[in-house]
Amino acid sequence: MTAMPPYAAMLGLNRLGNLICMPFGPHLIGTPGRLHGGAVAGLMEIAANMTARDAIGDLEAALKPVNVTVDYLREGVLEDTHAEAFIMRLGRRVVNVRVEAWQADRGRLIAAARLNLLIVKPAPATRLTS
Amino acid sequence: MTDPVADEGARMHRLVDRFMSAVPHLQALGIGYVQNGANWAELRMPYAPQLVAYPETGVIASGAVFSLMDSAAGFSVFVTMGRFEPHATLDLRCDYLRPARPGKAVIGRAECYKMTRRVAFVRGIAHDGDPGHPIAHVAGTFMLTGAK
Repeated sequence: MTAMPPYAAMLGLNRLGNLICMPFGPHLIGTPGRLHGGAVAGLMEIAANMTARDAIGDLEAALKPVNVTVDYLREGVLEDTHAEAFIMRLGRRVVNVRVEAWQADRGRLIAAARLNLLIVKPAPATRLTS
Repeated sequence: MTDPVADEGARMHRLVDRFMSAVPHLQALGIGYVQNGANWAELRMPYAPQLVAYPETGVIASGAVFSLMDSAAGFSVFVTMGRFEPHATLDLRCDYLRPARPGKAVIGRAECYKMTRRVAFVRGIAHDGDPGHPIAHVAGTFMLTGAK
């Protein structure tokens, strides 16, 4: 496991196998009694990136977000939030990812997201054939 | 003599300022109010080390830009209604057009271009200095949860 980047650390995320957990903290609150939708979106983007990176397996490849669409299904209450991402298709240039987020009950999703990530591979090194 | 338009603007400015300072996640991201019109709102997120997603380049996380735009969109609904009524994001799509330049504050401007009794439709852009060269584009909807 690689270290979480500063933004993920600010959200307080930690990884448990395929899942990412965002333990509740007061810095995640939006309106009184509810999580900010942006924090949930941030969690889901990072879950998507992590799962896509694992699927690609190429440590040299970079992932660039093209877009994300978030459906908010239920309000996020002041509890721990979990997310899991699923690869819809892993292509050569793009990886299409779906993400689910829930709190106490995995069967009651609070948000679902869809992301398209661009796979950017470094130019192949010139082979020396002497 | 008082100018009713300026008074209304100042009243809204105070309301939005007070409301925003009570939102912990906006405080965590450093997001502040800039200005608003009858149906749009503009917020600002200064560059900060805790927003970075790519330490090797210093580029901030797309998730932070999403939070900024979700908030700007929510405030555009708020100013369009002219009063605070509970509303919740139904969906929001964000296209990331290019990375934000490291060190630059990001401005998020969103407008509520259509309001029905129960649904508000929003769109907006994020830029880091030049609105003609945006870093992100958003479109989404909010449910007015207080509507009968």
